[in-house]
Amino acid sequence: MSQTPKDSGDRPEDKKKDNGGGEQRVASLVEAQEQVRRQAAERKRESGPSKSEKFAAQRAGASQRVITLVEADAVSESLYARHRKVYPRRVTGFFADLRVIMATLTLGIYYGLPWINWGGDRQAFLIDLPNRKFHLFAWTFWPQDLFYLTAILIIAALSLFLFTAVAGRVWCGFTCPQTVWTEIFLWFERKIEGDRPKQMKLAAQRWNREKILKRGAKHAVWIVFALWTGFTFVGYFTPIRELAVSVAQFTLGPWETFWVLFYALATYGNAGWLREQVCIYMCPYARFQGVMFDRNTMIISYDEPRGEPRGARNRNVDPKSKQLGDCIDCTLCVQVCPTGIDIRNGLQYQCIACAACVDVCDSVMDKMGYPRGLIRYTTQNALEGKPSRMLRPRVLVYTAVLAAITLALVTAVLLRVPLALDVIRDRNALYRETDEGLIENVYVLKVMNKDRDGHDYLLSASGIDGLTLRQPAPQLRIAPGEVREVPVSLAADPAALTARSTKVRFHLRAADDPRIRTEAQAAFLGPLPLTPR
Amino acid sequence: MNEFTSAFWPWYIFVLVALSIAAVFGLIRWMSVGSNRPTEKAKTMGHKWDDDLEELNNPLPRWWLNLFYITLFFSIGYLILYPGIGIAKGVLGWTQINQYEREIEAANKLYGPIFAQYLKQDVRAVAGDPEALKMGERLYLTYCTACHGSDARGGPGYPNLRDADWLYGGAPEQIKTSIMNGRMGVMPAWAQPLGQEGVQNVAEYVLSLSGRRVTEVAAEAGKEKFMQMCVVCHGADGRGNIALGAPDLTDGVWLYGGSQRAVMETIANGRQGRMPAHGEFLGEAKVHLLTAYVYSFLQEPPPQ
Repeated sequence: MSQTPKDSGDRPEDKKKDNGGGEQRVASLVEAQEQVRRQAAERKRESGPSKSEKFAAQRAGASQRVITLVEADAVSESLYARHRKVYPRRVTGFFADLRVIMATLTLGIYYGLPWINWGGDRQAFLIDLPNRKFHLFAWTFWPQDLFYLTAILIIAALSLFLFTAVAGRVWCGFTCPQTVWTEIFLWFERKIEGDRPKQMKLAAQRWNREKILKRGAKHAVWIVFALWTGFTFVGYFTPIRELAVSVAQFTLGPWETFWVLFYALATYGNAGWLREQVCIYMCPYARFQGVMFDRNTMIISYDEPRGEPRGARNRNVDPKSKQLGDCIDCTLCVQVCPTGIDIRNGLQYQCIACAACVDVCDSVMDKMGYPRGLIRYTTQNALEGKPSRMLRPRVLVYTAVLAAITLALVTAVLLRVPLALDVIRDRNALYRETDEGLIENVYVLKVMNKDRDGHDYLLSASGIDGLTLRQPAPQLRIAPGEVREVPVSLAADPAALTARSTKVRFHLRAADDPRIRTEAQAAFLGPLPLTPR
Repeated sequence: MNEFTSAFWPWYIFVLVALSIAAVFGLIRWMSVGSNRPTEKAKTMGHKWDDDLEELNNPLPRWWLNLFYITLFFSIGYLILYPGIGIAKGVLGWTQINQYEREIEAANKLYGPIFAQYLKQDVRAVAGDPEALKMGERLYLTYCTACHGSDARGGPGYPNLRDADWLYGGAPEQIKTSIMNGRMGVMPAWAQPLGQEGVQNVAEYVLSLSGRRVTEVAAEAGKEKFMQMCVVCHGADGRGNIALGAPDLTDGVWLYGGSQRAVMETIANGRQGRMPAHGEFLGEAKVHLLTAYVYSFLQEPPPQ
């Protein structure tokens, strides 16, 4: 099971024979960072320094180094450890752009969808809990349609399995709400406090005017954004335009207020404070993704044979002459990591596959004039020089099942009849004899008109020769969205009965639309036939 | 409230709750103390699979520990506010009964005006209002179907409400009285005074009243007994008496069955028909709607 993500304490270097212990690693890292700083300074001299970069270079001092090390390697003996804040460095590149696009897309849908109306003035997406209706564009779903939701959940789960088997944790890295909202909150944080070095400096400094202003502004922006998120969430359950009016007039109901604040707090807490802690300690998916991985699954991996032995070097020096690999040990891959791990330690369960380290390492490789891809999307097989296969049994099975269920769901929704009929047999008596000597059974029919128009419905029954139906009116007029209980009775000649219990069917159809029809089965009870057959 | 519990139990609960909280607090303290010194490598728990898969004793984040403390303090706050500690009722004074009463009050406030509006109208008028009838139907299906059937045609021992035969009268006021106060129909047992032959003869006569073919001689003998013993309630012509709830014996409607055997059983052993009172249970407003619903049956066209 070498593809199992390793626990943070189970480091590959622990197993390496030539491992000189933690001290040596520390030393090499310190050296490396100094080297990188020197190189950066050289580059600045060549290209002209930007203010922030100069500042960052100055600030890249002892505290940063220690934190990086502790984040990556320290393991405490106690059962509970103080949380160390991760300050992910800003990163640019293909995958960073992709994440911005995905975040814009998903958040755009989230904040925009409730404002869209469909067919008149009804919200296109509205979960109307008090009336137990779910409006989705042209459709209105009832609690009886809950199995569609089951199908959607199965589809969601299977998609997750399929994408994970093929491309690893792409969900985590690009579309998970935790990632997306954290991304936005990080963006606010960087706009106000600056990038990683400035944030760390601010955190280390004493509380003064600057710190209070910057921290205050950051949290204010976070809270406003979180409140908007909570408001939007409630807007999926209460018509959002009415909700906006209530907010403006301060007439929000107690429960609406509670849920707005609750989701605001959840957003603020999860995206502002907990961040990677959610992925590491709370998310169940992070823990079971390993079972969906195989040796052909795309993972973000450091090319160890190519990179090692890592070490600092001048750009113009041929690494082979110093017997070094391509890794210059600049630790940028650690600095950009939103979960604070070192990807060079191998595949770890904390890795959310955001590819920030890929982007940043590629930029370093470009600057060094080395080929890109020291850290890259690859597979375990490819790393070992074996061919990777995209189409393999588990991928084909996931795809086939996913396609089948999606097709079934689409078919079921398209063929859905906006009418439901439930039959409840009276239990006060098994049956009744009429004055004419017929056997009578009583039922209550629950008729649900799930359509947007009212209809006249025609009821009939079948199953026994000469069965007669007695109903309150020849046609049932049922308003849109109405549920009616209709008591009816069925009468049959005892001579036509062959058993104590006979199956009968009620047929219901709209008088004006032959497509709207449904039926339900019930039991008709009677005395045993006089002549045994 | 403590009729069948002793004063011991509240204290028992108190001691258990207090001990549990103290024990949980102690456990959290115990588990959270340890060396905070960072070490190079986490301690292994001694479990190993597949050569290189080890279970390590990695620390949880400290906020996780604080969650335990938060739940602990929450429980203390809860026990102060709500009854749960056995010996105290809680600062809020919450009980299941008063919550129920508050909810009923809220529901009455919400729906009361709707019912009150119909209560002001005459039953006949309400019976012509389709909205009122829908409400009445729902009430009927909730409270009446268990005996009278969903279609209100009754069953053995329970009167059919859709025929024109009314034991206690079919005027709106009479129906309402039946629902409000209930009815008690008592047919005494006549086996002793009549004897077996007498019961049979009276049964023959009673069946003849609704035009059934019977043994003339027996019916004649039965008529004699009927005139002595049954006329008080059922009347000389057998048409019954709605003041007493004595059924009309001439209309071919048999509450307990119309076979000779069933009628003999009724005469010999008597019958106890009981309609429970709903006035206190449902309130007059709902009974008013139910009355209108039942009364509306009379205006329905006869079934095909």
